[in-house]
Amino acid sequence: MHIPDGFLDPKTWITLDAVATGTVGLSVYKTSRKLREKMIPLMGVLAAFIFAAQMLNFPVAGGTSGHFVGGVLASILLGPFAGTLVMTVVIIVQALLFQDGGIAVLGANVFNMAIVGSLLGYYIFRAIKLPFKSDRGLYISAFVTSWLVVVISSSLVAIQLAISKTVALAVALPAMSGVHALIGIGEALITVGVIALVKKVRPDLMSIEKV
Amino acid sequence: MMKKFIIIGLIVSAALVLLIAPFASSWPDGLERVAINLGFIEKGEGLPVLRSPMPDYMLNFIKNEGLSTVLAGLTGVMVIFFLVCLIGLLLKRRQNMEKN
Repeated sequence: MHIPDGFLDPKTWITLDAVATGTVGLSVYKTSRKLREKMIPLMGVLAAFIFAAQMLNFPVAGGTSGHFVGGVLASILLGPFAGTLVMTVVIIVQALLFQDGGIAVLGANVFNMAIVGSLLGYYIFRAIKLPFKSDRGLYISAFVTSWLVVVISSSLVAIQLAISKTVALAVALPAMSGVHALIGIGEALITVGVIALVKKVRPDLMSIEKV
Repeated sequence: MMKKFIIIGLIVSAALVLLIAPFASSWPDGLERVAINLGFIEKGEGLPVLRSPMPDYMLNFIKNEGLSTVLAGLTGVMVIFFLVCLIGLLLKRRQNMEKN
């Protein structure tokens, strides 16, 4: 759901650029205070993996495809602020090197995918996991949160399009959330699959201190 | 132990690009589909603000589409890995300097 330049009007993208700059600044600050040496290569590998996985569009209904985003996965493994930071780097590189997502609307894309995905996603994940005592809670929450975050992000895109007067909210919201309710299933399956794999081969990485 | 994890992680990422990316669906994604159906897709098709070296994950000078996607993807994987590690190291250094 990378927004290209032209979809949003200036008041919308300038606002989101400001919000994203502030939030990413806070994430940099928080990460720099708590970061452990051990976490740096994990951040690098996870960012590379998320970038690669985002290239793999899978077909959903009716001539439409979707791809993994990865914000929730990043925050479950790294924490909300390091997760936001890693996702932001991926989104900036995609815009600058690959023209995937616009430049003026960079803040909008960082807001919708990195901040909502990793920062908000982390707290949704923790809240859903809370009542569970066993490992099952980890998987159930990872699945539900991943799906939910894709639907929330896509709904926010619809709202931003409507505020920009690009399209009416009454048609954009059901269209965006509807198709992303399907794409979100893919997101949820990949997140749970990767977590299960990491937990199996490197369970110590699951208990690394979150930033 | 971390070294092994990094190498395996990078190999897995490269393998995704190498083995699956050329066969990824080229259908429009969720947002593009909605933009086509609701008739505002052309709003995003103006001249780009800035010309990217590898638009749409392709290297323009390579004719073969699969190879072009693979090379662009592998470049991205390496750029992102090193960039994130560099940022991590810089933040760690700042943290150490503040402690002293």
